Amino acid sequence: MKFGVLQFPGSCDEVDALQAARRVGDAELIWHGERDLAGADAIIVPGGFSYGDYLRAGAIARFSPAMEAVIEFARDGGLVLGICNGFQVLCEAQLLPGALLGNANRRFTFRQVELEVLYSGGPFTGACALGERLSIPAKHAWGRYYADPPTLAAMDRGGQLVLRYAPGENFNGSLHDIAGVCNERGNVFGMMPHPEHAVDELIGGSADGLKIFQSMRMAVEGARA
Amino acid sequence: MLIRPKAGILDPQGEAVERALPALGFAGVENVHVGRLVELDVQDAGQLEAMCEKLLANPLVEDYEIVVEQ
Repeated sequence: MKFGVLQFPGSCDEVDALQAARRVGDAELIWHGERDLAGADAIIVPGGFSYGDYLRAGAIARFSPAMEAVIEFARDGGLVLGICNGFQVLCEAQLLPGALLGNANRRFTFRQVELEVLYSGGPFTGACALGERLSIPAKHAWGRYYADPPTLAAMDRGGQLVLRYAPGENFNGSLHDIAGVCNERGNVFGMMPHPEHAVDELIGGSADGLKIFQSMRMAVEGARA
Repeated sequence: MLIRPKAGILDPQGEAVERALPALGFAGVENVHVGRLVELDVQDAGQLEAMCEKLLANPLVEDYEIVVEQ
């Protein structure tokens, strides 16, 4: 399978995302000015500071030609993973509900966090067990997840709350300790921590992030079978 | 355009400023919120609301106020 990894001016984690994806399939970078998604089976919107986080993180990236193509791709059911800034872009593009606000602790924070898998039936956590703990680094200043109460209730009922910070790990103040959510259809997923930085125990001590990419491959290959 | 965090949502920047003011000797200050100002010249002021809705503000978490000077 082939992953397409978007690259905006200001992205910084696209190469780690590319390398992580290459552990499970083919992957290629897609520049923000391109409308052609290069036949990708799944798209990754990476971490970083696209357009300098000017105005609001992700506010400008959502209007890039590549994102216009990704929005269509998502509407057709294509898999889209947004990591950190990518999650912000997907919320700004309204491919995911809610918004990411400034950390409650008012600090850019970079530390390993324990996540709990709340939903393991979909294309992004299919390789995880329900309740499994994932050790993955978080690295952000604007990661506090917010959605209004009716939306959160609907997401909870619909299995859209996919990952949460384990007790004591929520430094950014996300409502319901939410670390990762998917859309109603389940094909678009955003998470603030960085699975691409946790694919090799030699670097950082955890390869738990690889499971997200493996899940996506399982979903794409399963759909073909 | 004045863009403000919506009431009822945690505003850590506002809280930080609210805590800093008494330390500088300013007492009796409450309800501090920190937002954003966007200034621009435009031919058609009728477009301003759409600009706010689409780009300049995130209507889920921000309120905006348009001030037009001729």
